[in-house]
Amino acid sequence: MQVPAAFQYERATSLEQAIELLTRYGPEARVVAGGHSLLPMMKLRLAQPEALIDINGLGELAMIRVDGHDLAVGAMVRHAELLASPVVGEHFPILRDAERVIADPLVRNRGTVGGSLCQADPSEDLSAAFSALRATLVAQGPGGRRTIGIREFFLGPYETALNEAELLVEIRVPIRSHASAYRKVERRVGDWAVVAAGAVLEISDGVITEAGIGLTAVGARRFVAEQAEDFLRGGRPDDEGFTEAGRIAAQECRPTADQRGPVDYKRHLAGELTTRALRAAAARAQGQEA
Amino acid sequence: MRITVTVNGEQYTRDVEPRLLLVHFLRDELGLTGTHWGCDTSNCGVCTVWLDGTPVKSCTVLAVMADGHEVRTVEGLAHGAELDPVQQGFIACHGLQCGFCTPGMMMTARWLLDHDADPSEEDIREAISGQMCRCTGYENIVRSIRWAAEHGGGARTADADADTEPAPGREEVRA
Repeated sequence: MQVPAAFQYERATSLEQAIELLTRYGPEARVVAGGHSLLPMMKLRLAQPEALIDINGLGELAMIRVDGHDLAVGAMVRHAELLASPVVGEHFPILRDAERVIADPLVRNRGTVGGSLCQADPSEDLSAAFSALRATLVAQGPGGRRTIGIREFFLGPYETALNEAELLVEIRVPIRSHASAYRKVERRVGDWAVVAAGAVLEISDGVITEAGIGLTAVGARRFVAEQAEDFLRGGRPDDEGFTEAGRIAAQECRPTADQRGPVDYKRHLAGELTTRALRAAAARAQGQEA
Repeated sequence: MRITVTVNGEQYTRDVEPRLLLVHFLRDELGLTGTHWGCDTSNCGVCTVWLDGTPVKSCTVLAVMADGHEVRTVEGLAHGAELDPVQQGFIACHGLQCGFCTPGMMMTARWLLDHDADPSEEDIREAISGQMCRCTGYENIVRSIRWAAEHGGGARTADADADTEPAPGREEVRA
């Protein structure tokens, strides 16, 4: 039987109280949302927080809404809710694609969007998808709110730009005319990615005006392939360009060999999945479902 | 820590350690051993119960997180002496082999049919994709859930909102 080490449990009833508790307990406290990453780590004693601050009662963080020109996703939104959201499906197919392959339906019922990002697992899917979308994260701490670009948020494996007493409250993505897709290879249903790639394309008059490429599980710096994005910008959305962007993305990443595969296989996948995600996004831009 | 959890319509108050997992609370504190406990790593899904009307893996939920909330387990599936169509389907189509995954499978099946009275085979396979049958008997499990759909199993949709209410007939059983 796997049992976490003993800890203090605190249930926050408001955002302010959650921050107060984080301040009081300091670095030995962890926030628990869905708990589907944290509790397994605690059972394995990879994490041994002295206090858990439960934010499941904070209904204000569980909303998906359109706010001005942005889609705003509360940190406590469950994966299943993001997957089922019509507004997300309409404007951000990359998120719908990613959610379909995150864990399994039962884990998605409990796990949260904010928890996934704050865990900063190097193989996590939404981190790559939101990075491709250039999302903005809203954090609240004792000194008030601040926004952090997602590409400045991930400092390394399991390490984010959040300060000790700060809580991620919302993820914001501008709603604009773009097309997107996410492609993943996993060993079996519910597994972490061997490799996954997300692509976002803005196309105007047959020219790519902006591109976002997110990669997960391959050691891509901050989950993105910037050189491949630079290459795509200003070019045409054709197969030749997408293949070259895939080749560049494959060179940019730094996969490590593990039970999911050797380095050359992962690098190959990174390139191939980037190309496929770009193709799928371009097909969607032309109104074809991909 | 003192918690009060409503399980299958009945309130239970217990003093528990914060690190106690919901699956062990149900089994060891309440004696509701219908919920099984398997891999302990959120993979196998045999510990699936409903928390506030949604199926979750109870080996990855703390009992203290269920304080003030409603849980439904396989013990709350039958309607008094009448088995739920899902349970009947598992009998009719030999959905049980060793029976270890059965309670969790049935809880997911009940939820699926509450939300989709006529699921395709693909829908059923997707719904149970986070649950493992160690006998690899998925064919008959899928057939059992289809059987339930075809034999009035989806007809309880009207009750779906009330799914954490005490099952009708519950009082009779206790009396």
